[in-house]
Amino acid sequence: MYRYDSYDQSIVDARVEEFRDQTQRRLAGQLTEDQFKPLRLMNGLYLQLHAYMLRVAIPYGTLSAKQMRKLGEIAAKYDKGYGHFTTRTNLQYNWIKLADAPDILAELATVEMHAIQTSGNCIRNISSDQYAGVSADEATDPRPWAELLRQWSTFHPEFTYLPRKFKICVIASKEDRAAMRLHDIGLKLVSRDGQIGAEVYAGGGMGRTPMVAPQIKDFVPEDEIVSYLEACLRVYNRYGRRDNKYKARIKILVHELGVEEYKRQVEEEYAHMKQLGLNPPTEELDRIRPFFANPAYEQGLADEIDRADPAFALWVDRQVAAHKQPGYAIVNISLKPKGGIPGDASAEQIGLVADLAETYSFDELRVTHAQNLVLPHVKKADLYAIWQKLDEAGLAEANLDLITDIIACPGLDYCSLANARSIPLAQKLSERFADAGRQKDLGELKVKISGCINACGHHHAGHIGVLGVDRKGVENFQLSLGGSGAEDAAVGQITGPGFSEDGVVDAIEKVTDLYLAEREEGERFLDTYRRLGMKPFKEAIYG
Amino acid sequence: MKILTGNDLSTGDVIWWAGDGWSRQVGESVDVGDKGNDLARAEEAALRVVGAYVIDASRDEGGVRPAHIKDRIRALGPTVRPDLTLKPNDADAGNWVI
Ligand code: HEM
Ligand code: SF4
Repeated sequence: MYRYDSYDQSIVDARVEEFRDQTQRRLAGQLTEDQFKPLRLMNGLYLQLHAYMLRVAIPYGTLSAKQMRKLGEIAAKYDKGYGHFTTRTNLQYNWIKLADAPDILAELATVEMHAIQTSGNCIRNISSDQYAGVSADEATDPRPWAELLRQWSTFHPEFTYLPRKFKICVIASKEDRAAMRLHDIGLKLVSRDGQIGAEVYAGGGMGRTPMVAPQIKDFVPEDEIVSYLEACLRVYNRYGRRDNKYKARIKILVHELGVEEYKRQVEEEYAHMKQLGLNPPTEELDRIRPFFANPAYEQGLADEIDRADPAFALWVDRQVAAHKQPGYAIVNISLKPKGGIPGDASAEQIGLVADLAETYSFDELRVTHAQNLVLPHVKKADLYAIWQKLDEAGLAEANLDLITDIIACPGLDYCSLANARSIPLAQKLSERFADAGRQKDLGELKVKISGCINACGHHHAGHIGVLGVDRKGVENFQLSLGGSGAEDAAVGQITGPGFSEDGVVDAIEKVTDLYLAEREEGERFLDTYRRLGMKPFKEAIYG
Repeated sequence: MKILTGNDLSTGDVIWWAGDGWSRQVGESVDVGDKGNDLARAEEAALRVVGAYVIDASRDEGGVRPAHIKDRIRALGPTVRPDLTLKPNDADAGNWVI
């Protein structure tokens, strides 16, 4: 894992002290809320429905055991004993006191963490693949790139006041586990004739105008990636629609200009910039790389897993993924228990996962955009012990990518922008479909729920998506089908008129019944939907 | 009736104007008539509240009920964590349907 150098540490420490001073001035009445709000937002501190909310950045979703332990301690000491892992692989605390915020940031800084750039119109936390560095099919490990981009984008003066927020994702596998093409810029690292470079996608996003990012460049050599990105952002920064908040994301610019014209302008800017020699020194990438070297895997380990315990075997089949190293495995930890709150974890659970990472996974864990956790380097021989501990803590649900592995934003239970509650719907669905055999039979089925059109819950990318709307002061839910955030990325289509909360659960059941009746050999829900189209599903729902 | 709500500047707690100060209990809200906005600005300036705003509400046998679901959820706490709402300490708090 990356470790801060003295420069990283000193800018984070300085930021904590600056914010401490700003907070004191606010509490003493020397700053008005209008003056203070942009300052607290730059440090991830929002005012939400019930209290202040702090969003902590988890760079490319990677945490050390020590960092995770600290997150749990903060939840216990300053919050109400839990935290919420988000689709941006960050952690949100819901019950923060303003007066405590500087102390919390100071505690985070002791473990090389912060909340900088988790809000505002800047480059946000870089996201990546939760299997980075451990999956067999990647062209290279994307994390050194994600870290380089983290450094490049942190306090980047030119990109601190963009037209709108900006989200970048870096992956390096064919399989897209990070919804890369639904980011403002997505990079897919590939190897061509032995050289590493990036496919560049620009103009994806969710929100009220969802778009799958088109490819704008098929190969940027690795030592030019940062300056190419710089050119992409420059064009956006100059021409992005600052006149209208709803049209200010890069997706609208790319759409309005057309992909070809946006590309042309980027190339023109890039040709100009190339002469300036702005690429970061390759020494920096060389400095970063060793931090992500393989841990000291043991050689010659057995690949067999003792599956005598049937409950354990079920969990292994669902939650454990192949690791590049013989004898090792990747463990997915579900944060979606039956009837639970997607992404929430108690301080004790956070502490337990930290301990497991320390004991069994070379001190490392990951957060996924589907609001789950991952232990990336586990010896197969240790799986049973890990499973037993997870089970005791209510963390051994076996539902990865199944219908109850639901993404849900905080919705109207916590979020001041919400129109409807997302979490109770997720809970009802997970209860309706709780039967393990039924879930398994339904197979991969990604349900995603947002409480308003901002789409934090990725509903546009759900095989089944639900959007909460406000119909004359009453919660109402729109259903959409056929979206995907994976390598077959697509935006879902709305089925028709909306439903009550119970109505949408029933409608989803009808949709799944039709799938079961109509599927052909080997088809996932999404495949059947794509083959049949909306019509039969619509008939089944509204018929 | 019109009632005034906001968050405590320092703790962030949801608070309601109770006539002579702020309360955590929506049931103690008083009708602020057309004085809400002036009161809000004065209380903000006095550093007792942040983000104060006036809402419609009604009073019935269940207590004071904010007109909008968002404020009803603010008044009690997250519907998905009953343990963290006002209810455990005050069984009669907001006895209305969300
Ligand atoms: C509760 C506080 C939150 C607020 C105020 C908030 C606000 C917003 C807003 C305004 C947008 C739309 C931006 C735009 O299209 O220009 C947005 C998008 C988004 N948010 Fe949130 N959000 C919150 C929580 C979350 C959480 C908890 C998650 C993760 C579960 C999340 C993940 C996202 C994602 C993935 C998008 C879509 C990105 C895109 O449009 O490309 N947000 N959020
Ligand atoms: S989608 Fe809407 S309701 Fe959900 S977290 Fe985002 S802004 Fe809040």
